[in-house]
Amino acid sequence: MPTLSMTVNGKPVSGEAEGRTLLVQFLRETLRLTGTHVGCDTSQCGACLVHIDGKAVKSCTTLALACAGASITTIEGLARDGKLHPMQEAFRENHGLQCGFCTPGMIMSAIDMVNRKGTDLDEQTIRHELEGNICRCTGYHNIVKSIAAGAAAMGKEGLRQAAE
Amino acid sequence: MADGTPSNRDAIRGGVHRPQAHDSAHKHVAGEALYIDDLPEPAGLVHLYLGLADRAHARIVSVDLAKVRAARGVVAVFTAADVPGVNDISSTGLHDEPIFATDRIDYHGQPIFAVAARTRAQARRAAKLGVIQYDELAPITDIAAARAAKAPLVTEPLTLARGDIESAMKGAPRRLKGSMTIGGQDHFYLEGQIALAVPGEDRDVTIYSSTQHPSEVQHMVSHALGVPSHAVTIECRRMGGGFGGKETQANLFAAAAAIAAKKLNRAVKLRPDRDDDMIITGKRHDFVVDYEIGFDDDGRIHAVDAVYAARCGFSADLSGPVTDRALFHADNCYFYPAVRLRSEPLKTTTCSNTAFRGFGGPQGMIGAERFIEEIAFATAKDPVDIRKLNFYGVAERNVTPYHQTIEDNIIAKVMEEIERRSDFRARQAAIRAFNRDSKILKRGIALTPVKFGISFTATWFNQAGALVHIYTDGSVHLNHGGTEMGQGLYVKVAQVVADAFQIDIDKVKITATTTGKVPNTSATAASSGTDLNGMAALAACDAIKARLVDFAAERWSVPKDQIAFLPNRLRVGNQEISFPEIVKAAYMARVSLSATGFYKTPKIHWDRKKGIGRPFYYFAYGAAACEVLIDTLTGEYKVERADIVHDVGHSLNPAIDRGQIEGGFIQGMGWLTTEELWWDDKGRLRTHAPSTYKIPVASDRPTIFNVAILEGVKNSEPAIHRSKAVGEPPFMLANSVFFALSDAIASLADHRFCPRLDSPATPERVLFAVERMRALAAGQEAA
Ligand code: FES
Ligand code: FES
Repeated sequence: MPTLSMTVNGKPVSGEAEGRTLLVQFLRETLRLTGTHVGCDTSQCGACLVHIDGKAVKSCTTLALACAGASITTIEGLARDGKLHPMQEAFRENHGLQCGFCTPGMIMSAIDMVNRKGTDLDEQTIRHELEGNICRCTGYHNIVKSIAAGAAAMGKEGLRQAAE
Repeated sequence: MADGTPSNRDAIRGGVHRPQAHDSAHKHVAGEALYIDDLPEPAGLVHLYLGLADRAHARIVSVDLAKVRAARGVVAVFTAADVPGVNDISSTGLHDEPIFATDRIDYHGQPIFAVAARTRAQARRAAKLGVIQYDELAPITDIAAARAAKAPLVTEPLTLARGDIESAMKGAPRRLKGSMTIGGQDHFYLEGQIALAVPGEDRDVTIYSSTQHPSEVQHMVSHALGVPSHAVTIECRRMGGGFGGKETQANLFAAAAAIAAKKLNRAVKLRPDRDDDMIITGKRHDFVVDYEIGFDDDGRIHAVDAVYAARCGFSADLSGPVTDRALFHADNCYFYPAVRLRSEPLKTTTCSNTAFRGFGGPQGMIGAERFIEEIAFATAKDPVDIRKLNFYGVAERNVTPYHQTIEDNIIAKVMEEIERRSDFRARQAAIRAFNRDSKILKRGIALTPVKFGISFTATWFNQAGALVHIYTDGSVHLNHGGTEMGQGLYVKVAQVVADAFQIDIDKVKITATTTGKVPNTSATAASSGTDLNGMAALAACDAIKARLVDFAAERWSVPKDQIAFLPNRLRVGNQEISFPEIVKAAYMARVSLSATGFYKTPKIHWDRKKGIGRPFYYFAYGAAACEVLIDTLTGEYKVERADIVHDVGHSLNPAIDRGQIEGGFIQGMGWLTTEELWWDDKGRLRTHAPSTYKIPVASDRPTIFNVAILEGVKNSEPAIHRSKAVGEPPFMLANSVFFALSDAIASLADHRFCPRLDSPATPERVLFAVERMRALAAGQEAA
């Protein structure tokens, strides 16, 4: 089996992977990062969403070997010094979850949305951009609220960091 | 304090009636909450996969698994011959649901064997290699086919009757007959079915199962293994959604994993992929309601005579109680002076339909709304007026078809609220005006009420147990029989315990549901989780509190009435003692700090044979007003606005309850609009992934969505802190979306004809209905 090296959540990692090993398997089974979930296995629900080189990708339909040398961020890599990322905090604050199974994918998707669309997101944009993430519990109301709040908080955070 | 946060003296953190966040929220957002597939795998674990039938209805001629055994990585193969106990997991005890099929196939996707391999991928590939020869039979896929084939019923049907239906129908000034087809629904819990079985010594096995009903899984596994229940422990910390789909449907996966684990003496994990999950497991029942209604020119109902036929699938499963509940909700909020309701639970060669949020209630209730709609069109009156005219009375006209008198009717108050909040009448007029000028786009609006009966109709299920320990540092361990599937049961019960002891909620540790701690539990279903388990936990707390009071009274020589639980401390006479201190002192004085609690719902009884009783402890009410916009050229539509008022009694946790209302409504909307299950002519389910089965996404939600919890009400029964159950009732608020679509369609013929829309109202169905309506309008003009 070939050995695969990449950066995950800022740390260099390596492990064995077959040609057919999926990125989500590599993350969950080899690296034991189980916050990335498998909901549909077929690239539709978004529970497995991670960032590869800063872009949102569904890890259930990405081959692990294709990510050699890439920098990957999973839900476990968002908090800084024990402090939740503003988007994580927003989901917690705004009751943006019930069973929680979709939550990591939603948060990763939301951050990607902010990266692409900015921190001032209106409701319609959020709803439209969430097309690839299914939540069966919440009816999305609080998820949308969470994302708007998280995006705004990221904006403030960015300003603060820029000022520092 | 153990966790470093100072305890509060003015009021505890996380008491009852507060919008406390979900107990696992911080773990969910961090990706740290563990679902079963996330647990560390024991060394030597093997993966199991099920080999499925690819015929819907057949006799098995031969089964050749040589290729499966020879496949790479395969450790063992299991068939019915390898089941040490009984090859059956029928929750009814009717022995109609084999773990592995033996001589016949009753639905496409029925498991025939299981294969264990070193990796999941290997097991999955090997499972495709079985060579099965079949003697094919004609599939019986839907209700029409079952009736045509004179298919048997899977269980005893029910009749509810009151009054003299024959003469009331004959005597009614007007009568009409009709039929409504109501579609099923896949649960699509985001976490699929899964079981992890770990063998122990003796005959023991522990199974981590994603289940709403650990006790039933325990019993099924013990039968399958041929061991006593005490040898089997089922544990579930949380599910990634359940919605009824893990009430009985978890049994198969747990039983297969347990059989393999004991045989191989290895840990075994079984997680079907999403497509297999959707193919194998049962869903919401499809119904056909055939009805005759007698009424008068005012629109007042005189008599209702209806038959509720259900596609039950190949086995009874929960079809008996589901079809019963459809009948129990065939009245919704309306008084039927004479009534006869009959169920027809039909056997079909499809997956065995099962519990799903509302449990037959939604199908019964939407039938009632159809009756109202029919009468409104027949009498050329407004449906809302017909609804009001037929509402149950408070002191009279208040007896249901099952002879229960409704004692807590607040539907008038709910209606008043929803009409005001939605500005219903004015918007209705504006929509009529809009439709006059708009040729292609049409708007519709509808307002529908909900009354949902709370309690299991199987009276014995209405019991619960809890286990509470206080450790000597004052921290509390909480366990109960209810399961967490995202609905917030755990946090609500923890709030009850925090309130009982008057300690901050972070001092209460919520622990995984396990049959080893609280035995003989009921499914977390029928919206009853908090009602039952909250009360059981409270009983356990009260037992310990009584001991603490006795102890303090003696130790400090004060009368008991001078002892009070204040936030994070006790007042004992003139002094105040912190909770941990009093606990420590009680321990030193050898006072037991652990208790079980038990609760059974009072007042309820039900005689199914006679169709008479009080099956429900109380009712939960609500109403929704919805506005839709349809494109009459394509049938596509958009829900533009939804207003909801929902009764949760005195809410235990308004944030959680609101989430249930929002989520339930959207799920209900999915059921009635885009979620269409489709079987082909060979009896194969072809909608077995989200690519073909359309679950609502974020953009489907109403553009304006106003959700209000009905204020200033309390449960008239002493349920836990006077709250009401909230899991299922909001699902049926979505009926308003369906009837708003119907209203928009009806506008094409000036509201002269009832569109008689079937569900789900997919864009295709809406388009067909539009065309039918146009034809009717043209026909009438010609005539
Ligand atoms: S698991 Fe990858 S999108 Fe659903
Ligand atoms: S919270 Fe359960 S799927 Fe989103």
